[in-house]
Amino acid sequence: MEIGLTHYLIVAAILFTIGIAGIILNHKNIIVILMSVELILLAVNVNFVAFSTHLGDLVGQVFSLLILTVAAAEAAIGLAILVTYFRNRGSIDVDDINMMKG
Amino acid sequence: MSLAAAFFYLFSAVMLASAFMVIAARNPVHSVLFLILAFVSASGLFILMGAEFLAMILVVVYVGAVAVLFLFVVMMLDVDFAELKKGMLQYMPLAAIIGIVVAIELVLVVGGWTARPGAAAKPADTVSNTMALGRVLYTQYAYFFQAAGLILLTAMIGAIVLTLHHKPGVKRQNIADQNARDRNEAVELKKVPSRTGV
Repeated sequence: MEIGLTHYLIVAAILFTIGIAGIILNHKNIIVILMSVELILLAVNVNFVAFSTHLGDLVGQVFSLLILTVAAAEAAIGLAILVTYFRNRGSIDVDDINMMKG
Repeated sequence: MSLAAAFFYLFSAVMLASAFMVIAARNPVHSVLFLILAFVSASGLFILMGAEFLAMILVVVYVGAVAVLFLFVVMMLDVDFAELKKGMLQYMPLAAIIGIVVAIELVLVVGGWTARPGAAAKPADTVSNTMALGRVLYTQYAYFFQAAGLILLTAMIGAIVLTLHHKPGVKRQNIADQNARDRNEAVELKKVPSRTGV
């Protein structure tokens, strides 16, 4: 059976779902939440590249490159905030993050 | 089954299994290592799709930088991860329900989607993927490329500002202060009478 667009889309959908489930499952551990977000962005990238190949249009790959950039920036900032937070509070439990009383 | 199909199933299975292990592993170091495996498998999928440049970027940027950054942070923070994992199983049904709902929605979208006829007409592939991408990226999407660079600059400055902290009590060399000294404040002349101390 020829591997087509649908196969890639289904794989990306499952990966996206795993990322969503990971956020809910590890709702206390912010490091795993950040990793789940990376998984979600990876699923989106797979979608973009699959459509780009299928439609013969390179814009999808350009967009995927930009998503990669944003994901890297997000990981860097998120981990920096995490390190600062851990230095101040000595814990990374999401439930403890309530200093702003929001 | 052709070779490409076999590799597709191999990479997809490895990617999905390691993605599952990322969210399920007890030790976050294992999570990060499985994340790396997921990224490598995804880059294999990218190569199968013909996006070689993005596949290499994925390995270099994600595996080489982002995942190693995660690894550093996980190893640097002295956190009791067993404590954080404690109530995990009780959220399993909720996660499963939401995951299944999202998966069904996505599959419905995939099933109901059709391409405009003629949209899939591929142009002749005479140049490599990297060259074709460069031709588009540096001409038509040059501003987006610059914006991506600005985002990275912002992230870099933000990460440095957030994590840099000055410890009090550490003596540092201040070159401007050193250069601004003149002999009036640097040298003090004392008239010492003979056979007495200063």
